[in-house]
Amino acid sequence: MAEFLRGARDTVPMLVGAAPFGLIFGTLAGPAGLSHMGAALMSLVVFAGSSQFIALTLLAGGAGTALIVLTTLVVNLRHALYSANLQPHVARLPQLWRAPLAFWLTDETFAVVQRRYAESDLSPFKHWYYLGSCLAMYTNWQLWTVTGIFLGQAVAGIGRLGLEFAMVATFVAIVVPLLRTRPMVASALTSAGAALLARGLPYKLGLMVAALAGVVVGVWLEEQGRPDETA
Amino acid sequence: MKPHEIAIIAGMTAVTFPIRYLLFALGEHVDFPPLLRRALGFVPVAVLTAITVPLVLLPDGQHWRLDWRNAYLAGALAAGVVAWRWRGLLASIGAGLVTYLVWRAMFMG
Repeated sequence: MAEFLRGARDTVPMLVGAAPFGLIFGTLAGPAGLSHMGAALMSLVVFAGSSQFIALTLLAGGAGTALIVLTTLVVNLRHALYSANLQPHVARLPQLWRAPLAFWLTDETFAVVQRRYAESDLSPFKHWYYLGSCLAMYTNWQLWTVTGIFLGQAVAGIGRLGLEFAMVATFVAIVVPLLRTRPMVASALTSAGAALLARGLPYKLGLMVAALAGVVVGVWLEEQGRPDETA
Repeated sequence: MKPHEIAIIAGMTAVTFPIRYLLFALGEHVDFPPLLRRALGFVPVAVLTAITVPLVLLPDGQHWRLDWRNAYLAGALAAGVVAWRWRGLLASIGAGLVTYLVWRAMFMG
């Protein structure tokens, strides 16, 4: 129980960071063409902020279901990386624990929980810490989504308050600190260039092409950078 | 709630949960190929850049806006500078939003 509370407490800064996203998601859902129920349900069962935002943009742009789902897949692939990192720590828990811990795995919880697992003490209850972080994030996300839905309904024209730019600002804020290595910068430049060149493709397929090109160039340059390891 | 909303939400759940659960479910029986792991490391940057850059340079989806009056460009640059210098997510988003709103108030309307 102490671990559970500590996990929740250590996640508080992340809650503050996630609050505006939840609020904006709830607010923009209506204008983008998602019903109130749909917005609330999406937060409840998908629970992945960036992909929920992108789904709204795509929906507003008239994209079909298949494209939205495919984009969600690409955008959320990074979670596989997180679960690969945490896997050794949860591998001995029953599936009844593993499934919900996986469902609630987010960027924020990963950042907090990874730090706890890295601490050297041998507490057998670190999964309770993980759960505490999860439930704090989940409750917070639902709360702010619903607040946003009501706010969007109550204040007409709130969509014109610059919230349409919030996603751009969010993504810039996520990407820029990652651009610390040459392969990362090259990956971003390739992806940007390809996205601009391929923007005419139907169904926003340009996004997929660009993302793939960016990943390939990044991996390739990284391989070039470490020729000794290939032997 | 319309049928296509249910389809979208069901589809998003159907791809997101397995991504998060697959490795947990397999437990200790699986090794993650290093090349795949490395490729995944580039996914966030490649995907988010591909989404953002066209939005910033062609806000209406049709016309290039490479001038300094482009509020999307100004806001994105402000967010980028703050993110690079201080790394704070919230501060960066705030700086971007404020810059965007000021620019829009000044040059559009």
